[in-house]
Amino acid sequence: MPGKLKVKIVAGRHLPVMDRASDLTDAFVEVKFGNTTFKTDVYLKSLNPQWNSEWFKFEVDDEDLQDEPLQITVLDHDTYSANDAIGKVYIDIDPLLYSEAATVISGWFPIYDTIHGIRGEINVVVKVDLFNDLNRFRQSSCGVKFFCTTSIPKCYRAVIIHGFVEELVVNEDPEYQWIDRIRTPRASNEARQRLISLMSGELQRKIGLKVLEMRGNAVVGYLQCFDLEGESGLVVRAIGTACTLDKLSSPAAFLPACSSPSKEMKESPLVHPPSHGCRSTHNSPIHTATGSRLTQNFSVSVPTLIYTGMGSGSAGKEGGPFKALLRQQTQSALEQRGGSPHRFCRRREFPFFTLTAFPPGFLVHVGGVVSARSVKLLDRIHNPDEPETRDAWWAEIRQEIKSHAKALGCHAVVGYSESTSICEEVCILSASGTAAVLNPRFLQDGTMEGCLEQRLEENLPAGCGFCHIPYDELNMPFPAHLTYCYNCRKQKVPDVLFTTIDLPIDATVIGKGCLIQARLCRLKKKAQAEANATAISNLLPFMEYEVHTQLMNKLKLKGMNALFGLRIQITVGENMLMGLASATGVYLAALPTPGGIQIAGKTPNDGSYEQHISHMQKKINDTIAKNKELYEISPPDISEEIIGSPIPEPRQRSRLLRSQSESSDEVTELDLSHGKKDAFVLEIDDTDAMEDVHSLLTDVPPPSGFYSCNTEIMPGINNWTSEIQMFTSVRVIRLSSLNLTNQALNKNFNDLCENLLKSLYFKLRSMIPCCLCHVNFTVSLPEDELIQVTVTAVAITFDKNQALQTAKTHVEKSLQRASTDNEELLQFPLELCSDSLPSHPFPPAKEHLESASSNSGIPAAQRATSVDYSSFADRCSSWIELIKLKAQTIRRGSIKTTVTVEKASPMGEGNFRNRSTPPCANSTVGVVKMTPLSFIPGAKITKYLGIINMFFIRETTSLREEGGVSGFLHAFIAEVFAMVRAHVAALGGNAVVSYIMKQCVFMENPNKNQAQCLINVSGDAVVFVRESELEVVSTQQPTTNCPPSCAGGEVTT
Amino acid sequence: MTSELDIFVGNTTLIDEDVYRLWLDGYSVSDAVALRVRSGILEQTGATAAVLQSDTMDHYRTFHMLERLLHAPPKLLHQLIFQIPPSRQALLIERYYAFDEAFVREVLGKKLSKGTKKDLDDISTKTGITLKSCRRQFDNFKRVFKVVEEMRGSLVDNIQQHFLLSDRLARDYAAIVFFANNRFETGKKKLQYLSFGDFAYCAELMIQNWTLGAVGEAPTHPDSQVDDMDVDLDKEFLQDLKELKMLVADKDLLDLHKSLVCTALRGKLGVFSEMEANFKNLSRGLVNVAAKLTHNKDVRDLFVDLVEKFVEPCRSDHWPLSDVRLFLNQYSASVHSLDGFRHQALWDRYMGTLRGCLLRLYHD
Repeated sequence: MPGKLKVKIVAGRHLPVMDRASDLTDAFVEVKFGNTTFKTDVYLKSLNPQWNSEWFKFEVDDEDLQDEPLQITVLDHDTYSANDAIGKVYIDIDPLLYSEAATVISGWFPIYDTIHGIRGEINVVVKVDLFNDLNRFRQSSCGVKFFCTTSIPKCYRAVIIHGFVEELVVNEDPEYQWIDRIRTPRASNEARQRLISLMSGELQRKIGLKVLEMRGNAVVGYLQCFDLEGESGLVVRAIGTACTLDKLSSPAAFLPACSSPSKEMKESPLVHPPSHGCRSTHNSPIHTATGSRLTQNFSVSVPTLIYTGMGSGSAGKEGGPFKALLRQQTQSALEQRGGSPHRFCRRREFPFFTLTAFPPGFLVHVGGVVSARSVKLLDRIHNPDEPETRDAWWAEIRQEIKSHAKALGCHAVVGYSESTSICEEVCILSASGTAAVLNPRFLQDGTMEGCLEQRLEENLPAGCGFCHIPYDELNMPFPAHLTYCYNCRKQKVPDVLFTTIDLPIDATVIGKGCLIQARLCRLKKKAQAEANATAISNLLPFMEYEVHTQLMNKLKLKGMNALFGLRIQITVGENMLMGLASATGVYLAALPTPGGIQIAGKTPNDGSYEQHISHMQKKINDTIAKNKELYEISPPDISEEIIGSPIPEPRQRSRLLRSQSESSDEVTELDLSHGKKDAFVLEIDDTDAMEDVHSLLTDVPPPSGFYSCNTEIMPGINNWTSEIQMFTSVRVIRLSSLNLTNQALNKNFNDLCENLLKSLYFKLRSMIPCCLCHVNFTVSLPEDELIQVTVTAVAITFDKNQALQTAKTHVEKSLQRASTDNEELLQFPLELCSDSLPSHPFPPAKEHLESASSNSGIPAAQRATSVDYSSFADRCSSWIELIKLKAQTIRRGSIKTTVTVEKASPMGEGNFRNRSTPPCANSTVGVVKMTPLSFIPGAKITKYLGIINMFFIRETTSLREEGGVSGFLHAFIAEVFAMVRAHVAALGGNAVVSYIMKQCVFMENPNKNQAQCLINVSGDAVVFVRESELEVVSTQQPTTNCPPSCAGGEVTT
Repeated sequence: MTSELDIFVGNTTLIDEDVYRLWLDGYSVSDAVALRVRSGILEQTGATAAVLQSDTMDHYRTFHMLERLLHAPPKLLHQLIFQIPPSRQALLIERYYAFDEAFVREVLGKKLSKGTKKDLDDISTKTGITLKSCRRQFDNFKRVFKVVEEMRGSLVDNIQQHFLLSDRLARDYAAIVFFANNRFETGKKKLQYLSFGDFAYCAELMIQNWTLGAVGEAPTHPDSQVDDMDVDLDKEFLQDLKELKMLVADKDLLDLHKSLVCTALRGKLGVFSEMEANFKNLSRGLVNVAAKLTHNKDVRDLFVDLVEKFVEPCRSDHWPLSDVRLFLNQYSASVHSLDGFRHQALWDRYMGTLRGCLLRLYHD
């Protein structure tokens, strides 16, 4: 009996009227955990019942604690008939199971009903007493921490990064069980919600066990997904990166691990050997369907593409996916000849990492994007306890990814993710990541020892090392155009680099980045089963190829040479396939200047045609020039001879040259002759190609003052202010079925995405200057003629004046960035040790701090003043305060409840007495920030409280009355946000970071006036403190030693 | 290609003040879009009409969802669904409960019933305010009325607590509730020149001095069910007002009063002769208004009577406002020197308020 769960039901408020006669409600509460149920008394005739119950105690195994959600049901008592349910609250008690997270869950939770939505709130207190014999129970994995964040969480240090963990569990979907025909929609929805909650608990526990086996203590980059396979069942799967994390508590432990990047570099014994090359290819090995599988488990493995930059001038001329396929074949041949320079010496099956950002020095080289897809036919899962089929499917794909990485001369895959797209019985499984060479020092001992041997004792050049090719130049499996690195001049780099990870902090970037999207639709005949799967798998390589071409074209059009955060989503529908690739384009200083795009016509004799072509060419050139100006891309001008020279120039000379060019402020003009040299040739040989060129030019840049990217941070902007706005936007369009051609489809889809972006820019115009970060598009095809696009992103304001300042030379910028990063890393231990170790030698850090603050130029106070409301509003809020105070003193009933809220909220007074008027002190409801990023600008995360992973279903049979589909979904998403915020607040947190809406499945039947929607969200609940407040605390209390854990402890007690 | 669904949900609810105003003013989405286009927003932002349409729809949907909460503003503060900064919450509430001068003049003093609600069509046509907006304003009046009608304590405080309105707006609502409860006639033609502000001013004075709440703890019968202390006029006080009748009924008293006033004002008043000539009429008018207040019907006509019996006669003689003030001050004060008159306190309670009202009502 290793745990005791204690629950207290305090009160309810804003309950719905359940008795029409009295306009009141006789509410009571059922508290259920596992098979045990407790009930409160009935609180008669009130919409604001005060139950103030005893502590309900559940004595349970910790295995159950991990799997089961606490289920709280609010009901209306009825003497003569069955009690009516008002709604439910599911509370995941997992955060209470590890010592460093929350110690109590206490607060107001929205009471949720799948038919009516939120109906009032209930105040609940939950505690867990764990007994100390946890280790005996091998079925549970209490104590393993989970993070959605795809980097090492801010207040931790990675001791060892163990590697990939994955697990999946399957079950029958309650919605498709026979009993569903006789039960109410509400019962069916609740069964589903409960089952998924249970399954994700189980999944998390199982992953935790694997982590313990690996001797880790945490999972970072935890990504859990649901596959609603319909008739064939429900799959919950998760991947993550097992780590051993150390809480940063003493500066001594902190410093050696990841202090300044430059220092790290110097210490690092790792340099890539000269034999390494870099690789950029769009490479597609096709595995044809194996006949044996066709019988029961139909499976088609789809050509996989390895992206990197395309060789210069190649795409158009070589044309066609067939060439790519050919290339792939040669690649595999090469691979067999022993292309991989590394001897693999691995203990883990898959050297994958779901992380997208790394401790400095961790990432040595990046090869390129590797991805694999396979089309499967779903069949009923016969035995839920043996999910072997699904496991095998994923194992296959992962194997493929691994071999692609190997072909790129890499021993690891970073920024790894998996996804599915399901339509009826066809399922596309996709996996992608970035092939990379990692510094073995961080990995589990001996995992990658093979690579270590090859390293030379030489310093890695800062800011460009990761660009250097990891593969063998002579055995390149695809044609790539290599040059010597423009930064260090010593190693080879590809002309273009694609990755799925975030931009490394130490990367040297010129100008700003921008969101680049490739969008594509392909019609497909409706077909059944195998025929359908075959048709899809035949289409896939063409789509991948075209998506890649589009990305490449758009990248060149922007005058940039690298993509980060690349995410390609292929969605399957009844009669079409959609491809959407999003990435953030940047100009890496280490890579060569991209050539222009050159258009070549097929019929050179036709005069008017020629003219047309040259007109197009001019337009393209203009666009490139405009984009370069827009994104402030002014790379140092390096003379031809150096570029062309096969011999590496002496280091000093190149450096000299660079510094000269850097000091010149002139924007390099677009040189056409230069463009000719390694321009990207687009051949216009048919109308399709024409369309492509046109579509290239239709993408409108965001209005001035707006930037967008899909990575964590925007390259070139580092002066964020504290105002953030996370949002979700959903659009569904209906295609007219008459003229469904590929072109029309493409145009519709393109317009849909572009209009959506335009709407976002308009809506958020008050935040200018601002940047949309982590823009995440999801496409689904809910019905024949419907396309649904869901976007989640965060808008962050930044300081314009400082932006100008940063637009100097890139070297200075990178320095600044490095130093701000140092500030981030160092400030904390500094404060901690300030008095306990007053004489601690810390000169470099202080210097960094100072330089950082002087660099950032703007005083902290100025940065903090973000929200500027009209004076009218200010007055309003002040008197509203007064009134509330009065109201509280008058109505004693309400005082009690407000007090509880404040206690639960970390923003309550007691924690930081010195802070300047906290924003939420004005309101009884504490503000909870939500962001898809792993950080909060201008603030420091002091504590991770646990993972938030919630699944909701909402259904309506009165769609019109609820404002149609838009009204229905708008309300539902607002409710989901509210429930996430309430859970975070109850844990004692004030923000969710790494928030993601993983699923938003919307189905409607307007004829029946019905609609249903499923939403799955996750993120990390955290406590953050504004940096300005931290400073206040540290300056005003110089004599008290206050470790962060203690500060966090205060919050929840 | 048609948009089936198009939504935007922020973690912090976006409130566009301009769109909120259009929504409050009762414009349909398409009208609002047209108005926004006309404001030049497209040129400023480079947006398209489609974007504007979608944005407006979004805001309207949000406001529609918020409206339920705005009906009970404390709910807006405690609800969890919309995360809105406190200053924005205050703005939402304040604007929602704001009303149009033209509209309030039409409904002021009318019974807030279904019957009046049916007349909103006419009011809308007459004032040019959209029917939707009229309905919102009317419903606001009625909602506030229903909540505070039966409540003890200060009317303004009650309104502030239950609707979280600013002090100014709460006072206005107190006036509206007070007028609605006492059904003062404000719509007569001769009252058209008066603004809502004039009436609200009078209402405040009357609430302060003429209601049960004004007396304090309702001391005479502490256990009686006098709930609406601020809303109802003090019946006892109104009964007592009959006693003032002797000021005009008693010929000697009236003459004495007149001579006291005239002596004091001689040389100080530009319209002295007119005053002297009219004194008895004016005094009779003022005292008779007091004496009649026992009947509900006459209470309702209070303002009509004041204008007829005092404002109009003075105005026809072109009294300047300063003279009216001098006269009224002297008129009230001189009563203290009337030895035969015993109801000094009563007179002060009546005249103090009436003087304030008359001075406010006396303008063109």
